Amino acid sequence: MVAETKREGLAQRPLRRAFETDGEPEGLDEEIHGRHPLDDMLRTDRLPHIWCPGCGLGTALTCFLSALRKSGLDLKKAAVVSGIGCTGRVAGYVKLDSFHTTHGRAIPFATGLKLGNPELAVIVFSGDGDLVTIGGNHFIHAARRNIDLTVICINNFNYGMTGGQVGATTPLGGVTTTSPYGNYEYPFNVSALAASSGAVYVARWTVLHARRLERSMMEALLKPGFSMVEVISPCPTGFGRRHKQREGLDTLRFYRENSIIDHDADLHRADIGLGGPLIEGNFVNIEKPTFLEQRAECLAKALQ
Amino acid sequence: MKYWREPLDLKDIRVPHGDIHVLLERCKGCGWCVEFCPRDVLEVSEEINSKGYHPPRAARPEACVGCGLCELLCPEFAIYVLEEEGEVVIL
Amino acid sequence: MSDTNQSGPLSGEFFMQGDIACAEGALTAGCRFFGGYPITPATEVAQRMSERLPQVDGMYIQMEDEMASIGAVLGASWAGKKAMTATSGPGFSLMMENLGLGIMLETPCVLVNVQRGGPSTGLPTLTGQGDMMQARWGSHGDYAVIALAPSSPQELFDLTIHAFNLSERYRTPVLVMTDAEVGHMTEKVVIPPPQEIEIVERRKPTVGPEEYLPYHVEAGEWVSPMAVAGEGYHLHVTGLTHDERGYPATNDDSAQWPLVQRLISKIEENREDIIILEEEGDCPLEEVEVVVVSYGIAARTSLWPIQMARKEGINVGLLRLVTVWPFPDDRIRALAGRVKSFVVPEINMGQIVREVERCAAGGAEVFKVSHPGGGIHDPQQVLRVLRRAAGRDAEPGQLRAQGVPSQTLEAS
Repeated sequence: MVAETKREGLAQRPLRRAFETDGEPEGLDEEIHGRHPLDDMLRTDRLPHIWCPGCGLGTALTCFLSALRKSGLDLKKAAVVSGIGCTGRVAGYVKLDSFHTTHGRAIPFATGLKLGNPELAVIVFSGDGDLVTIGGNHFIHAARRNIDLTVICINNFNYGMTGGQVGATTPLGGVTTTSPYGNYEYPFNVSALAASSGAVYVARWTVLHARRLERSMMEALLKPGFSMVEVISPCPTGFGRRHKQREGLDTLRFYRENSIIDHDADLHRADIGLGGPLIEGNFVNIEKPTFLEQRAECLAKALQ
Repeated sequence: MKYWREPLDLKDIRVPHGDIHVLLERCKGCGWCVEFCPRDVLEVSEEINSKGYHPPRAARPEACVGCGLCELLCPEFAIYVLEEEGEVVIL
Repeated sequence: MSDTNQSGPLSGEFFMQGDIACAEGALTAGCRFFGGYPITPATEVAQRMSERLPQVDGMYIQMEDEMASIGAVLGASWAGKKAMTATSGPGFSLMMENLGLGIMLETPCVLVNVQRGGPSTGLPTLTGQGDMMQARWGSHGDYAVIALAPSSPQELFDLTIHAFNLSERYRTPVLVMTDAEVGHMTEKVVIPPPQEIEIVERRKPTVGPEEYLPYHVEAGEWVSPMAVAGEGYHLHVTGLTHDERGYPATNDDSAQWPLVQRLISKIEENREDIIILEEEGDCPLEEVEVVVVSYGIAARTSLWPIQMARKEGINVGLLRLVTVWPFPDDRIRALAGRVKSFVVPEINMGQIVREVERCAAGGAEVFKVSHPGGGIHDPQQVLRVLRRAAGRDAEPGQLRAQGVPSQTLEAS
């Protein structure tokens, strides 16, 4: 009933375009199409991006670009590698050397890029399906080796691009197009997986906690070794709407009600279930020689 | 804001003021900036852009302190805030 | 193998295993990155690279599987390094998707397949040539590929260098399709001093970042100059069908037409430059009765049957395919009108013979000499087919009457 009334109400009012004026608009072009402070790091000729209204990817990207700018890293030496999926499209929007590779194989490509030119700051920006489902093997090995990469894993608990299928991070009970009766597989805990595999920096934040997310991303960018930030993000179209969160806003409200910040959490007790709680924080920050450092030390001794 | 005692340096505190800019055509009407602005500055406007979304507008621009949360939260690169001089109404 | 400690490529005369020669060829060509995975019979390439690359300030990494290996090779190439991987049949299959990525991104690199008996796990320690069609068609979609087939450790050395040169010139992964026999045999390998070896490098852009378009190809050229990561070009490349800017263009087929056509044409239209053939006979091949078309180890093991056939009075020539892909359509067509028949010995159940049949188009008979893998051809088997191809499949008594010496008859 409420919806009906609302629709009628809107129909009665004349629709006014946001940018209609009489006479010469001054500065109006700026306001319609304008310039955002991060535009110089974006391929603005490709905006608006393809992500749905209420998708958290834009926020994750905003936090990332802001963190990258604040980190002071040489942008000419920053390279972004992504895989396939909605998150994989991030590579296409950043005005950096960017590589949109095959499904699950962003991390090996990034490994080759980094080892081919160690001066590069190589960032892998991809989704949970791409990084820990199909790409799981590469994920754990790069962490094991402590390759100096910054991995941003956007976790929206499904394969979103293809319409919302079950993945290795879908919580128990999650309804997706390929788990129509509810998911009966245990999911991965991405942060625990990274930490167990040897990552030197592990953090998990939702896109609602944007400031902390930006800060963690900056720390991960500057941290030598395998640094991973797990970003919990809404996917209203693929996942949220099947779980009473029809809009991204509903999911953010869920995060607000159900998230707990605990940096010292036992990661093995920090799985994410459908009903929460959602434990987030800066979980791991340790010192360990990187792959290249270990290699240099070993070869220096051997090749005297 | 109620103080039990007025701070000694109250006259020296400068609360910043923010000037909000909305890139109307980029907005996809997610509503996040409106919901999470800590000063309740924004509201969903009546206007629509060419894609049919209602962009936000600053309903209480004087209350904006330029914290930048809307800028950070927006998934569309559609809103940003510039810090500027100005009086802020302290509630 | 383990007592070499040279800070640069080798030079001189060596008694060297094929796989080792391949690794040394790569180093001579300037390869400074190897991402690989152990697999018989290609493991020795990885072992040699793991030992030598640190000596020459290069990078060796053993990846967790073959998909990661080729992925890392592509990444290293986009960081500006010449990169290579080596595998065998099962790993080759795993690499197919990323081979497609390498082709689509136009990434110079070399992929060595030391073939073994298949299918599946097959005969890991014994030879085969069963991946030849897969080399051409193994990845999904339409594309063209360059594949070289060495017949000796010396050739494995030379052709690995040539593979790198072709890959840099045409901005494409190049396949070196060798096999367990050549890979594991030890023979003399002569490595000339570096100044005598031609090395090709990829062309770099001459314009700045604001004008550079990663996939804009000038008229009359086939590939664009290649900027890599870290040079300030903020380039974007994607495996999706893309336009000149490198951006995805997937809303219709408008970008697909020029892109796919160019990826195929850049190789197919440059056959003259790419194809290497070796022709051997008592007279030009147009005038022989039977042409043996072969490649790799099977070409080498055809030499004795050919000699014997010639002693029996059959005029046999050898067309050795040093380049198997692109296939030399024109040469086969030209010969088909003149010679009586083609004989194609290969260590598979008939793969390249289909190409010969296609090009001969009925102009000459085509005989295959199959072998499922696991060994080299029995020379008598090849000889029998040569006789049949020449129309001489007579009984020994008749052959004696024709004046064929007894020694030859006893051998058969």
